[in-house]
Amino acid sequence: MRASPTSVFLSPRAPAVPESTEPITGAGPNRTAHSVRHLAVVRVTHWLFATGVLGLIASGSGILISHPRFYWGETGAVGTPSLIDLPLPMIIGPSVWNRPIHFFFAWLLVLGGLAYVIGGLATQHLRRDLLPAKADLSWRPILSVIWDHVRWKRTGADEAWTYNVVQRLTYLVVLFVLFPGIVWTGLAMSFAVTSVFPFLVTLLGGHQSARTLHFVFASLLLIFFIVHMAMLVLVGFRSHVQAMITGRVPGGRSTK
Amino acid sequence: MSSLITRRRLVTASLATAAGVGGIGAAARYNLIPPDYGTLFGAGETLTYASQRLLTSGNALAREFKRSDISKSPVVNGPAPPDEAFLRLAADGFKDWRLQFEGLIERPVSFTLGELRNMPSQSHILLHACEQGWSYIAEWTGVRLAYVLGLAKPKPEARYAVFMPYPNPQQTTGIIRVQFEGIDMADALHPQTILAYGMNNEALPPNFGAPLRLRMSREIGWKNTKYLSRIIVTDRMDLYRKGSGTWYGGI
Repeated sequence: MRASPTSVFLSPRAPAVPESTEPITGAGPNRTAHSVRHLAVVRVTHWLFATGVLGLIASGSGILISHPRFYWGETGAVGTPSLIDLPLPMIIGPSVWNRPIHFFFAWLLVLGGLAYVIGGLATQHLRRDLLPAKADLSWRPILSVIWDHVRWKRTGADEAWTYNVVQRLTYLVVLFVLFPGIVWTGLAMSFAVTSVFPFLVTLLGGHQSARTLHFVFASLLLIFFIVHMAMLVLVGFRSHVQAMITGRVPGGRSTK
Repeated sequence: MSSLITRRRLVTASLATAAGVGGIGAAARYNLIPPDYGTLFGAGETLTYASQRLLTSGNALAREFKRSDISKSPVVNGPAPPDEAFLRLAADGFKDWRLQFEGLIERPVSFTLGELRNMPSQSHILLHACEQGWSYIAEWTGVRLAYVLGLAKPKPEARYAVFMPYPNPQQTTGIIRVQFEGIDMADALHPQTILAYGMNNEALPPNFGAPLRLRMSREIGWKNTKYLSRIIVTDRMDLYRKGSGTWYGGI
């Protein structure tokens, strides 16, 4: 184990913000400096996000099925030209009780996101764990990681202690493109919110455009979730779920 | 170390509790708690309602559209009630229909359609969207709800207006047309909230809520009760609200 001033994170119930945020000498942006695999703020918000996204996908599907057609612009209905026609039956009814469920889980995502950004900045998690090193931002390392995954090759023991460049870019896109995108397109459908901020919907091209883009962002999140699960199975479901709960990798650093 | 953390936790927890209790008190004081805060998804409903009420406290106007944006074939959602009594009223142009005000008001007034038409009128071209996903644009003409409410003189403790559709709010066939809804005073007094008797420059058609419907600019479709017969002013939403969905319906 590497000695670290942030060892407060060894306790799973430790506060999200360490008492000392003193920088670690020699810790570059591409090297993990934490003594645990996942910081407390990452673990707590990870499960908030997981609950939120799964609840949103489930309740969102209930809303979607009451009108599985998508349009562009402000208006759209059965009988007007559509952009996407999903091969699903139109079942009216579930949207009534899926809407409140949807907003409940949306709040988990939004509040979790705020906690993550604040905690991620305070603990330097964003800079250390997610920001890719400049050297890694070229095609060769990116393609090599992808090629390893295509060959279903397991990562080395020490590589499991840091995110590779593809992971970093993917998580950054999920956290800072897909999450804000899904919240924005959701808020753009709210008449109350757009009465104060009309640009939220006009910039997207209208109410139906916002709804269509909401569906696109949701689909991308679903794809991320599926790949995320596939990778989890590849690297070891039990140990990684355990690490995301306790913060520690079973058996310490040198084993997986 | 551990006792330090415990003490700090104790102080933090006490502060958080105090802030929480104080916050809830302030939220209730400024009408930021929805009537269904205690239901299964009350936490989300309360966060949504409180944040939207704070956000919209300036009563900004919702987007309005051009005449050329009006949809050619607006969606009929829940056609006119087939009840005999309704058809009888419709047959002679709702001459015998009256809108009644009840509840926490100084003057229990009622108005005929003609009387409502003679009040100051206003028109709004708004987007109407259903939570299912479809939407259309139409022009609505009517009298501002705040004006009519002013004639009924709500008592100071009034917090909600409940909209009862014709003829029987307990009727359970269909989904939309039997819905009766309550709104808070913030929505009731909003400048774009009207009792509409006209749609796209014609009398409000039976399939869109004749003779009179509620039309709000900041709410989802199903909150805009059609086929109005009574408006009840109250401070107790729990006496009226049915069990499905949430009360506010916002976002």
